[in-house]
Amino acid sequence: MKAAAEPITELKLTGITKRFPGILACNDIAMEVRRGEVLALVGENGAGKSTLMSILAGLYQPDSGTITLNGREVRFHDPNDAYARGIGMVHQNFMLVPNLTVVENVALGLRKLHRFMRLDLKEARRRILEVAARHELPVNPDAYIWQLSVGEQQRVELIKTLCFGAQLLILDEPTSALTPQETDDLIDRLKRMSGELSIIFISHKLNEVKALSDRVAILRHGAVVFNGITADHSPAQLAALMTGREIVLPRNEGVGQGGEPILSAEGLKVRGDRGHLALDGLELTLHGGEILGLAGVSGNGQRELAEALTGLRPVEAGEVRFQGRVMTNRSPAAMIGAGLGYIPEDRHHEGIVPSFTVKENLVLKDFSTARFSSWCLLKLREIARNAERLKEKYDIRCSSTAAAGGSLSGGNIQKVILARELAREPRALVAVYPTRGVDMGAQEFIHSQLLARRRAGGGILLISEELEEIMNLSDRIAVIYKGRILRILPALEATRERLGLLMAGVSDE
Amino acid sequence: MNKFKIAYSGCVILLAALAAAAAGAIVLKAVGASPIATYVTIFTGPTQDLFGLTEILVRAVPLILVALGIAISFRSGIINIGAEGQMLMGILAATATALALPNLAHGLLLPLVLLAGALGGALWAGIAGILKARLGVNEILSTVMLNYIAAQFYTYLLRGPMIDPAELETGSGTPQSMRLPHAAWLGRLIPGTRLHSGLLLALVLAFGVYLLLWRTTWGFRLRAAGAEAKAARYAGISVPRSLVAAMLFSGGFAGLAGAVELTGVHHRAIENISSGYGFTGIVVALFGALHPAGIVPAAVFFGLLLVGADMTQRTAGVPANMILVLQGVIILAIVSAKMYLNNAYAQEKALKWFRRLKAGPSPDPLKPGGRP
Repeated sequence: MKAAAEPITELKLTGITKRFPGILACNDIAMEVRRGEVLALVGENGAGKSTLMSILAGLYQPDSGTITLNGREVRFHDPNDAYARGIGMVHQNFMLVPNLTVVENVALGLRKLHRFMRLDLKEARRRILEVAARHELPVNPDAYIWQLSVGEQQRVELIKTLCFGAQLLILDEPTSALTPQETDDLIDRLKRMSGELSIIFISHKLNEVKALSDRVAILRHGAVVFNGITADHSPAQLAALMTGREIVLPRNEGVGQGGEPILSAEGLKVRGDRGHLALDGLELTLHGGEILGLAGVSGNGQRELAEALTGLRPVEAGEVRFQGRVMTNRSPAAMIGAGLGYIPEDRHHEGIVPSFTVKENLVLKDFSTARFSSWCLLKLREIARNAERLKEKYDIRCSSTAAAGGSLSGGNIQKVILARELAREPRALVAVYPTRGVDMGAQEFIHSQLLARRRAGGGILLISEELEEIMNLSDRIAVIYKGRILRILPALEATRERLGLLMAGVSDE
Repeated sequence: MNKFKIAYSGCVILLAALAAAAAGAIVLKAVGASPIATYVTIFTGPTQDLFGLTEILVRAVPLILVALGIAISFRSGIINIGAEGQMLMGILAATATALALPNLAHGLLLPLVLLAGALGGALWAGIAGILKARLGVNEILSTVMLNYIAAQFYTYLLRGPMIDPAELETGSGTPQSMRLPHAAWLGRLIPGTRLHSGLLLALVLAFGVYLLLWRTTWGFRLRAAGAEAKAARYAGISVPRSLVAAMLFSGGFAGLAGAVELTGVHHRAIENISSGYGFTGIVVALFGALHPAGIVPAAVFFGLLLVGADMTQRTAGVPANMILVLQGVIILAIVSAKMYLNNAYAQEKALKWFRRLKAGPSPDPLKPGGRP
């Protein structure tokens, strides 16, 4: 690939249309981006953002429409064509080889460095350091990818793309896997980088869009419904344009009336994957009819707590009580049978079986109950009827309930999991990052469903990194720090600042 | 697009067939046989008469049974390469049962013998299942090793404890067991041929496996654990238990294949009785897309190949071992062609190449403009 393409001063899309069987993914789309400008591309899941960017990156060819670069029409047959023109894309899922170093990962993609029988790693290192210095992206070129945090890997992706000669960066939901701190850091860096580059930033987090972009284009059902200056519009206005209606995230208006204790952890000691004590004498009690928010910087024991409560991770010391009974170290099946619901962190691998159909995924926990089977035979008709009902009720958007679960968008997969868990009417529900990476519309829906479950008397342990989500929904907020609960506050007394301090380990007592 | 897909599939299959034929031809030429005569014999020889046709089915029976077991294990996320050894253990158990109860009635002994065969295979496979579930031992490794042990154990028993006493008296010493009592024989479907009622059993079981995997809670559990073990665990399914169950089923089918081959064809345990069915069955299972509806026709096709290859030995004068080489080449070609047929990426690439070809001679991809 040619390293130095001519500088991109202006990129223009006109009349881009792309049709897939049964779907008009992009419908006559026009937009442009200039040098030194950040264009935010927003829209709900399935609005056509990814398809449009894949066209721009040369992965798909449009059915009709043109791409003009600096006033001349271009045509990309594959990603190399796009790269040669200076267009580089950073995908949502990182494209890095974990057991290679940073230098090796970058060198892999640089054809020019592939000498006879060896890679020119020296040149790769030189380029990496040059790019890192110019754009203030610190990186250790000799670190293995698996040693890096998600935020650092994101940085390596950026450096890699820049080393390939990208002058127009397409970032597909770059913050979806980052912690809030890493997100702020990334936005800062991108802002500084944007001076000599063009950036197209895909996101559905509107506060990030506000913070970073100069202009914003909103896609809905494959068409551009809005294109304007970011600064002129409030996040609420943008949200309304995105979904086609006013979005008001529901709030928990009640005051924690707190029923009977349902689920409690007493002096829990649990080891993490690396053998350290991830929970060190944790105490927490969840009551019926309340949402207990668990705030904390990720990696402070949230995952281990959720898994210990649901029977997935052995408890070394302490007790798990569920509905008055001691259920420490019981099997996941026993906890499920007793009425514990769980929305796991990794929805693609823990929440659903991707190759199973939507209807199969909806009975993943209940297929052997009398309702869905008799004498070991599955009642296929009842399973299908159940799926149609839940699809309707939970607004799961899929071509059919016989479609593979893994083929759905992230937000819809989350709705499948939510539907399955809530339809079981759990006495207690452990929800881990329930709205991570889903769009505003789905978020509103998931929040209102959680609140409805609370009104019906269920207890919900809400583990989240989004302070706003926790503050909106919780009756009480517990802050976890290094495997212990540092403090429990009534939601009314919680402020962002106070929670922020507590999450950093500063106790205010 | 659809037209392209058909053309693509046709091209791939044709290329694979040509490649296999060419590679085979070189081998055949090297040993001084006529490639064309050999090929004609393989594909048309077995279909000339009733005997050939029934022989195809005789080969297909054990292949179907083994492949059904393989399908269960692969669908459940455990790769069973040990069908060959499981067959042998099944044959031993079936033989021992039949010889121990020579006076039982046909209606009682035959089912008992088949059951013993299935049990023998299941227990042998269960070892690998438990090793995987309890200790995380790689099942490919353990099943292959268990194959060796089973093969040696089988040979030892046939040459020692289980050898037909008559062989010792006459001093010929052929390593084979006593003939099974008639009550343990599967009936013949067509007099004068070797086609036995094991075929009906295999077809019924093929339907049974379909029901098991897709219509029962057991199958749901197995498939869920196989498709995404993590999600299955999170949903309360015990994955280790499912792995062991899958191995028991899988080995049971292999053992049954052995018992059916024993009671239907040979009527005594002899050396080389499994004739590689345990391995070919894996290919049949994959070729049949791990689904009974695909496995049955795939097994018949491979039966044709096996019988045809046998015939070339007699009619085209090809040395016996060359037939194995040919079989290997053909299987390789078929399997790799299938990979290309299912590979969306390769298809997309071919389509792009085809479009460029159609757009005109060597267009510059970076040239501005072009066809609208």
